[in-house]
Amino acid sequence: MHPAFSVIFLTTLIGAGQGLFLALYTGQLYSAFNVLPIQDSHTFYGIGSLIAFLFLCAGLFASFFHLGHPERAWRSAAMWRTSWLSREVIVLPAFIATTMIYGIVHYFDLNPVLFTLGGAFPVDLSLLIGAVNTALAFLLFICTGMIYACIKFLQEWASPLTVINFILLGTASGFTLAALFSAVANSGLVGFYAGWAIIITTLAFVSRAASLLRNRQIKYKSSLATAIGIRHSSIQQKSRGFMAGSFNTREYFHGASQWFMKSIKWVFLVLVFAIPLALLSIGLNQVSLTLLVLAFVAQYTGLIAERWFFFAQANHPQNLYYQTI
Amino acid sequence: MKQLALVIDLNVCVGCHACVTSCKEWNTSGSAGFMSDYNPYEKDPTGTFFNRVQTFEVGEFPNTQTVHFPKSCLHCEDPPCVPVCPTGASYKRPEDGIVLVDYDKCIGCKYCSWACPYGARELDESQKVMKKCTLCVDRIYDEALPESERKPACVLACPTSARLFGDVNDPESSVSVNIRENGGYQLMPEWGTKPANHYLPRRQTSITIHKDELTRVDNPLKKERQLPMPGKDEQTLDDITSW
Amino acid sequence: MSKPLHDPLSRSIDESSRIEVKNTTCYMCACRCGIRVTIRDGDVRYIEGNPEHPLNKGVICAKGASGIMKQYSPARLTQPLMRKAGSDRGAGAFEVVSWEKAFGILEERLANIRHTDPKQFALFTGRDQMQALTGLFAKQFGTPNYAAHGGFCSVNMAAGMIYTIGGSFWEFGGPDLQRSKLFVMIGTAEDHHSNPMKIELSKFKRNGGKFIAINPVRSGYAAIADEWVPIKPGTDGALLMALINEIIKQGLYDRDFLVKYSNSAELVNMDEASSEHGMFVRHEVPKEEGCFDPQNKLWWDRELNKPVIMHSEDSDPYLLGEFKLDDNTPVKTAFQLLVDRVKDYTPEWAAKITGIPADTIKRLAYEMGITARDEKIELPIAWTDTWGKEHDRITGNPVAFHAMRGLAAHSNGFQTIRSLSILMSILGTIDRPGGFRHKAPFPRPIPPCAKTPTGPEAVQPDTPLDGMPLGWPADPDDLFVDDNGEPVRIDKAFSWEYPLAVHGLMHNVITNAWRGDPYKIDTLLIFMANMAWNSSMNTEQVRHMLNDKDDNGEYKIPFIAVCDAFESEMVSFADLILPDTTYLERHDVMSMLDRPISEFDGPVDSVRIPVVPPTGECKPFQDVLIELGSRLKLPAFVNTDGNRKFRDYPDFVVNYETAPGSGIGFLAGWRGKGGEKFMKGEPNPKQWEMYEKNNCVFHYELPRSYQYMRNWNQGYLEWAKRHSLTRYAEPINIHIYSEVLQKFRLAAQGKSDGKQPPEHLRSRIDEHFDPLPFFSEPLETLSTDLRKYPLNAITQRPMAMYHSWDSQNAWLRQIHTHNYLHVNPKTARAANIEDGGWIWVESMHGKVRCMCRYSEAVEPGTVWTWNAIGKASGTWGLSQNANESNKGFLLNHLISEELPARSDGAKFSNSDPITGQAGWYDVRVRIYPVAAGEPEETYPQFTATAPMPNAKRKPSHWLKYFAGGRKS
Ligand SMILES: Nc1nc2c(c(=O)[nH]1)N[C@H]1C(S)=C(S)[C@@H](COP(=O)(O)OP(=O)(O)OC[C@H]3O[C@@H](n4cnc5c(=O)[nH]c(N)nc54)[C@H](O)[C@@H]3O)O[C@H]1N2
Ligand SMILES: Nc1nc2c(c(=O)[nH]1)N[C@H]1C(S)=C(S)[C@@H](COP(=O)(O)OP(=O)(O)OC[C@H]3O[C@@H](n4cnc5c(=O)[nH]c(N)nc54)[C@H](O)[C@@H]3O)O[C@H]1N2
Ligand code: SF4
Ligand code: SF4
Ligand code: SF4
Ligand code: SF4
Ligand code: SF4
Ligand SMILES: [Mo]
Repeated sequence: MHPAFSVIFLTTLIGAGQGLFLALYTGQLYSAFNVLPIQDSHTFYGIGSLIAFLFLCAGLFASFFHLGHPERAWRSAAMWRTSWLSREVIVLPAFIATTMIYGIVHYFDLNPVLFTLGGAFPVDLSLLIGAVNTALAFLLFICTGMIYACIKFLQEWASPLTVINFILLGTASGFTLAALFSAVANSGLVGFYAGWAIIITTLAFVSRAASLLRNRQIKYKSSLATAIGIRHSSIQQKSRGFMAGSFNTREYFHGASQWFMKSIKWVFLVLVFAIPLALLSIGLNQVSLTLLVLAFVAQYTGLIAERWFFFAQANHPQNLYYQTI
Repeated sequence: MKQLALVIDLNVCVGCHACVTSCKEWNTSGSAGFMSDYNPYEKDPTGTFFNRVQTFEVGEFPNTQTVHFPKSCLHCEDPPCVPVCPTGASYKRPEDGIVLVDYDKCIGCKYCSWACPYGARELDESQKVMKKCTLCVDRIYDEALPESERKPACVLACPTSARLFGDVNDPESSVSVNIRENGGYQLMPEWGTKPANHYLPRRQTSITIHKDELTRVDNPLKKERQLPMPGKDEQTLDDITSW
Repeated sequence: MSKPLHDPLSRSIDESSRIEVKNTTCYMCACRCGIRVTIRDGDVRYIEGNPEHPLNKGVICAKGASGIMKQYSPARLTQPLMRKAGSDRGAGAFEVVSWEKAFGILEERLANIRHTDPKQFALFTGRDQMQALTGLFAKQFGTPNYAAHGGFCSVNMAAGMIYTIGGSFWEFGGPDLQRSKLFVMIGTAEDHHSNPMKIELSKFKRNGGKFIAINPVRSGYAAIADEWVPIKPGTDGALLMALINEIIKQGLYDRDFLVKYSNSAELVNMDEASSEHGMFVRHEVPKEEGCFDPQNKLWWDRELNKPVIMHSEDSDPYLLGEFKLDDNTPVKTAFQLLVDRVKDYTPEWAAKITGIPADTIKRLAYEMGITARDEKIELPIAWTDTWGKEHDRITGNPVAFHAMRGLAAHSNGFQTIRSLSILMSILGTIDRPGGFRHKAPFPRPIPPCAKTPTGPEAVQPDTPLDGMPLGWPADPDDLFVDDNGEPVRIDKAFSWEYPLAVHGLMHNVITNAWRGDPYKIDTLLIFMANMAWNSSMNTEQVRHMLNDKDDNGEYKIPFIAVCDAFESEMVSFADLILPDTTYLERHDVMSMLDRPISEFDGPVDSVRIPVVPPTGECKPFQDVLIELGSRLKLPAFVNTDGNRKFRDYPDFVVNYETAPGSGIGFLAGWRGKGGEKFMKGEPNPKQWEMYEKNNCVFHYELPRSYQYMRNWNQGYLEWAKRHSLTRYAEPINIHIYSEVLQKFRLAAQGKSDGKQPPEHLRSRIDEHFDPLPFFSEPLETLSTDLRKYPLNAITQRPMAMYHSWDSQNAWLRQIHTHNYLHVNPKTARAANIEDGGWIWVESMHGKVRCMCRYSEAVEPGTVWTWNAIGKASGTWGLSQNANESNKGFLLNHLISEELPARSDGAKFSNSDPITGQAGWYDVRVRIYPVAAGEPEETYPQFTATAPMPNAKRKPSHWLKYFAGGRKS
């Protein structure tokens, strides 16, 4: 496929936003269980949510560049029964809105305790909203992942690993961002977030590596023989029917060299996993803003490369029909 | 249920591209129009077409087959392009199985095209909506046309009548008969899309000659056989012997 | 599912739009299908095949369906233009002039020429189909220098077959695929019978017929062949001779047919000393001399064992044998001579030359012979032959052939095509069901009666030419030469160099005029031919010649006028450009006097009627000629008082008669005062309306008994005579043995009294004018170092492009934006060439740089490309960096219009020595990869032509065609 930057930014930005929210909420939960010190609602959760919100909005904004008719985007909620894209289109704004509410509740301290669980565990409004939003975050990850994973003949994508990767990579970048944010906010949770970021990044590495390995083994079900229905070992296209390109050649061919593909793979492996893991590990011991900035920037940049690769690597069976000018 | 479709006979398709341009000319000014062209008179001209004719070579010299292969939307019975569409712009008409795009709903997200394994959809880069073969839905029901012309533009154009049009779910239709009798098949059956369009394979006619057919009783050469008669002044035994 | 917003069945434009549907005739190619054009609010909405048209029966092709993009092409010329003083030809610097001025210039110049030396004016026309009018204009003007594209196209096909069977493929006849069982197509990619061929081919296949394609390349039609027989280019003669040999050897020929309907059993004088050597022995001089074969030759009767007059009652002659006449003259039957000729042409011999295994050749022979013999067709149609014998049935042998330029475009093509005609004849398939069928006005006598003048005195100031500019020589005395045997025509047609150049040699006009050989001319008027590009060989040099000046700074070709509809390469070399209309804007006729669209079952002619008004100041060339003819007071165009006779072309078509009161005019339908007559009759003022009402076609279906065996069908021949298609109703016997050719040979041998060839041409004539076909390699091959240039390079027509016309067509150019050289991977790898890589292709005449495409569908000794996709930068309304000029290439740069000079210095056209047919497909090349660092761009490149001053504004990057305006 030809990677589209609108979609690359959409998925990476909202992934980070989702991850950041999850990080914030995880922090809040830990605090609620008194495992972590309680953070300032106003500066920490309020501003944190705002940052998540901004990432999400930026992602949403990027997505409009993907549309031929953004002014009709509202129509895309119609087919939620069948379309993962439609579902994403519903869940994303819902998640953004809930994130915003979550932030507002915190920021303006509109956070009454609603009830107490088991007599000892007070559940305030933010905790409840956060729980709902957590579900939305995961739902959003699933929608996004399924948009790709549900196309069965895009065999590189048609795997649960796609969804898992979206979850883990988004969450990892969110936690890295959270670590950075807590350093800026001087919250003392840097270690907590960096620790989780390391764990999730490692998991993400495992699942992303698994998908890379899986994709190396793919046996394509379609071949020229099934594409044109002629059984023969030697079939070659001599003309695709037009010479200077069409939608089908622009949308589905990345046009990059083998060498570039390989390089991009290593670049993202280093940027998404190796560098952040190293920097975060250092960050565990000594809080350094620069290191954390570097870690997040590296990881996010890496994710752009990862997403580029994710699209480019997907080999659309339609390409069988567009081999030779 | 009715399922209109094209059946394309690769046994007679000569790759003339008549179906390509007649499709373009009908549809560019029709309900799907226009079908834009970019750089029409410059470097790298490119435009929207609903139908393309490709060429493949099968086998090695001298046992080569050259196969011309027209392809447009196959109007799958289970079209993966439809359920993925977030707006409902992509839909399959229940009444005749034609898969269409509603240009006024389409947001141009291209997702449906990703979901088509056949590369049958093309985004019109000027109108920014997805387009594809409509089976000439604005012709085949047009009562202003005589009955015999209520057929897709490409079908009427095709000089070899390699393009047959009809209801593949009606076992009596000529398309169904052709599919049955001539080994009609679907493209990429592995994805379960059940394309309504079918293709008829190459078939080969050969002549068998039995050795004894070569000679016949009234071989005209026999008629020409002149028994050799030596001329009167040539030598005979008479000139040599006397007993 | 929610309701769609966009109603897919909606009329795409509001109901108030004005919609008209009009019939006319397509001219996106020479096939001339009937089309129906829908116009919406003045714009062309849709062009479809006319279902009621006999030729295409409703279908259309890729080109035809792209007519909209031709009509609205930005490459269209819309005003007369004159080259700016001081600018070079080819640079494209023009200024707009009025028609009045354009006519003024032409009138003055032409009047002057006509008054002094009419042959200083040359009119050559390309892919047009109005030779009836252009030929008339030239004749009336008085110049011999007129021809159309046939000489560089397929004259070998026309001449080779017409001189053998009295008709030919091309527009004049074709395979009867409805009834055939075996169809053999040789060297045809996509010819003039484009849609009808496709219609029939698919029906044929569906009826279970076997289709064999003999072609170095498998594409297009050959793609769907049941068997592909790859052959080395230029060697078909060898294959055909071997097939004839094998078929005769097995006795698979149709003896009865040959005896009755060909000259096979006729006795040939074998007395080498005689001036009649190689001529048929004649019984007595015929009662009437004329343009027909007198039936006065001899057969050797089997019963009587003595010579009898051919077709004597109940006579059964020997087909084979040699005999002595009473006067001791040794004689042989023509067929015996054929058998002697093919004796050594065995399948094994042919295998080595053609690359086709001997077993395959034998099998092909058997398949042909046995199908012809055992699958006989009998139709219950009674007919009477010219000898008065009645038959109760028509029989046929269902083996059909079709061939075109793969045979024609070689310098040995004439004899190859003779051998094909003979193969078809021995199988008994001429004008019989399932075989070859004629189309009116064919069959015609062998050769047809039209003759050119025979000497320079025919060209006189202010006088029409005394004879036709083109004709059919029957013997050396018919040649158009001066007393020294030198050519009268600028292209040297009908001279001893190319005696049977029945279509002229357009490909040599520019070179000859530039060199002044045989003389210089003043004004060259080119109509519808792209002579600065794809219809010239040696294109680079020809472009130089067009722009070359003599020592006085005067152009060697002083004045060039071009009538074209588009910004072609040729147009930029013109001094004066006359903008033509498109086919949708003008009246045209597909006339019986030219090449009509007749069907097997009878004559058909057709017309074009404008469906949209002319663009800008475009004027139909026909109107231009009529205007010029009137201004120059050419007799056919003015009344006796010198006043203009015809208002315009439509008026001319209705009222013109070939001779006063002849009743023969350009159109055969609805003649007579009220349209009650056909073929001939007085002018009918309502003729156009009647054509318009009848789908623009006139189709006369002959009675069934006149539809077959027309060479010998008394009913048909008398019908044809009565309707002035022919002058004589005499039988047209097949010339297995060609006496016409022998007459030229006798002249070359100094054995005849008539015109004699110049000394240096005697051996050339003697060799090539063999009365029986023979195989020899093409002339170019014989003069090439084959170790250096081992590969044959040929071109093919793509079905979706017409020559150079369609790069201006926004839709078609997307299909063929540039071209590759197709090479067998084996050949390519041996030369270290990659698929898609840039390569040099080099012949002994020049080289081009292009891209290579591997193909398993080409014979390894052959490379090929699509014809005329490459363009010169800046032409055809394309931007200067268009793919056509950067990646597309023209093979013509490798082909020379002249053969390397002979050792005695004599120069000959790269053409068939008999007909002057251009030997396009004879060139030999080698290929090698480009060196590192060479630009990835085709070579040669030409300085970009400047845009025309009146160029239509091109749509900016987007073209959004929607007829009648976008819906709101
Ligand atoms: N290498 C190679 N060269 C070949 C051949 C080959 O096989 N190989 N084939 C040869 C043969 S058979 C042929 S016939 C020639 C064809 O060669 P040309 O006769 O040169 O044919 P076209 O390229 O069709 O160009 C004819 C001109 O007609 C113009 N034209 C189109 N429509 C109209 C119209 O309505 N009115 C007027 N006035 N002009 C119009 C076009 O703009 C163009 O300039 O090419 C020959 N050249
Ligand atoms: N679409 C389209 N149709 C056209 C035209 C066009 O430009 N485009 N041009 C029209 C004109 S002007 C003409 S003259 C006709 C020509 O019609 P064709 O005669 O069909 O034209 P070519 O393309 O020259 O085809 C020559 C074929 O002969 C093969 N060939 C070459 N050399 C040999 C040989 O030595 N032996 C054999 N057996 N085969 C050989 C080539 O591979 C090719 O397939 O087409 C007409 N129709
Ligand atoms: S129009 Fe018919 S013959 Fe021509 S390419 Fe299309 S399907 Fe094939
Ligand atoms: S061919 Fe593609 S676009 Fe057409 S119905 Fe099937 S999946 Fe959809
Ligand atoms: S591009 Fe249009 S039709 Fe396709 S999925 Fe998107 S909205 Fe639906
Ligand atoms: S059915 Fe209509 S829209 Fe579809 S390919 Fe044919 S002409 Fe085009
Ligand atoms: S074959 Fe020629 S005349 Fe017929 S539709 Fe095509 S371009 Fe027109
Ligand atoms: Mo031609």
